[in-house]
Amino acid sequence: MSDSISSDEVKHVAHLARLRLTSEELVTFTDQLRAVLDHAKDVEALELDDVEPMSHPLPIENTMRKDIPNPMLKPSDFLPQAPAVEGGRFLVPKILGEEE
Amino acid sequence: MNSVTPEQYQSASEIADLVATREISALEILERHLNKIEEHEKDVHAFNLVTINEARAAAKETDKLISEGENVGPLAGVPVAIKDNLCTKGIPTTASSKILEGWNPPYDATVVRKLKEAGATIVGKTNLDEFAMGSSTENSAFGPTRNPHDLTCVPGGSSGGSAAAVAAGFAPIAIGSDTGGSIRQPAALCGVVGVKPTYGGVSRYGLLAFASSLDQVGPFATSVKDAAIVHEVIGGYDPLDSTSIKQAPNSFVNEIDQGVKKLKVGIISELMGGIDGITQEVIDQTNIAVSTLSNAGAQVEEVSLPAALYCLSAYYLIAPAEASSNLSRYDGVRYGLRVDGANLQEMNVNTRTEGFGDEVKRRIMLGTYALSAGYYDAYYGKALKVRRLLAENFAELYKDYDVLLSPTSPCTAFKLGAKVDDPMTMYVNDVCTIPSNLVGHPAMSIPFGSGKDGMPIGVQILAPPMKESVMYQVAHTLEKASQ
Repeated sequence: MSDSISSDEVKHVAHLARLRLTSEELVTFTDQLRAVLDHAKDVEALELDDVEPMSHPLPIENTMRKDIPNPMLKPSDFLPQAPAVEGGRFLVPKILGEEE
Repeated sequence: MNSVTPEQYQSASEIADLVATREISALEILERHLNKIEEHEKDVHAFNLVTINEARAAAKETDKLISEGENVGPLAGVPVAIKDNLCTKGIPTTASSKILEGWNPPYDATVVRKLKEAGATIVGKTNLDEFAMGSSTENSAFGPTRNPHDLTCVPGGSSGGSAAAVAAGFAPIAIGSDTGGSIRQPAALCGVVGVKPTYGGVSRYGLLAFASSLDQVGPFATSVKDAAIVHEVIGGYDPLDSTSIKQAPNSFVNEIDQGVKKLKVGIISELMGGIDGITQEVIDQTNIAVSTLSNAGAQVEEVSLPAALYCLSAYYLIAPAEASSNLSRYDGVRYGLRVDGANLQEMNVNTRTEGFGDEVKRRIMLGTYALSAGYYDAYYGKALKVRRLLAENFAELYKDYDVLLSPTSPCTAFKLGAKVDDPMTMYVNDVCTIPSNLVGHPAMSIPFGSGKDGMPIGVQILAPPMKESVMYQVAHTLEKASQ
């Protein structure tokens, strides 16, 4: 049986999910995630080697529509909803380069 | 007990008949409901937004069409409340999250469009647990909803605002979404009817995604027939939803009176005491439902669904895994909240840290962990195999049985604050409803008696995919017996 999640792992997972935790939150979330993962040990312990995983209730592969142009949203429908826009595009802070 | 439920409910079908025959105007129907909202909404907090002006305009339009002899739909003049995770064009849609506050979707969800085309009057957007993650509606960024039967109790969740709106008489119909029981459990706790249709039977276009392989949209109503009518309106194939079923059933009302003679009903023993935490009074009430069906001519037997023992664990790995992926879109770039930062990543982190509440953060982290290298096979992979076992269990049972029966919720409505600090205790509320989501089958809850505390108890009817007609027949039989 593997060990339950550590606070270092919670910190790492928070980073992957682009979340920042305070030191108090790290303690609380670690305890709570551990409780859920401890409960999940019943599933972890099952021998299911010959069972096919089922990721979806419907046995569908790809759903394609006919290649016919349909009316769709125009940039003017959704750009005004964005936090920052410039020249008809979404504006984001600097991605690469040194920080200022 | 501080209750704000009306003495009597007026059904949607009755309203639609009166409006269509001009005995009463859609506007007058609306005003009556707005008055109720005015009177009790401050106590219940069912809504994030009541769209008074848009509703009045819609009701007037319905009246105008009728006066011009136009054919109005089956929901003419019926006030409908919409869960605030369904897109409404030009009307704020928040999922009860700060991260979407102030966002006005540029389009209507397909179910919203269909309701409008059927003549319904949309009265507002109902409160929910943030992004539909919760079982009590306490995880809303805008404060909890209260149970109209006892304002010190939760309404259940996540569609607690929708369930409470119907129970309080604010609207005869509400729409919710159900990922692990989020329609059925609040329906049970608020004493109304709640339906989770077959996965793919109702379009998810315009539903803010939580766990895409589990989410399904469905109705709340005060009667089984009303729920079936609304299901007919919102159901059916939608090319805008790539998981929509081409042969999705959308005719239920005509057969609703057929009774249960010759039907075989299985009682899921694991949910009748086999799993810890299901209260005796709920089991007792389900047993009364069993006798009722038996007296009405059904053949009822106890059956076993062994994989049900592992559903809670499997669900709380699969749903967070899908959520962690779906909610990555809330990054402060295209809509909603942005909290500035020195670079893109810092802006993403600041936005998500401030925009999401604790339960959403918990599930995103849980899902990220369950999908991460080294743990994928042990957690997410195993959970998907449990899902297969469960589907095989159900398939085996449905060779012999037409429907299955169980409690909806392990207990009646609990007090606000009672479980909110202990996520695992809260998650157990979904133990009876989760199996249907994992396999994509239809299931519904109907009110059936009450507990020692006087609060409503719900009984759950489960049916094979696309077999909602039989489910509604059984529900209708139980409903008649409980009146």
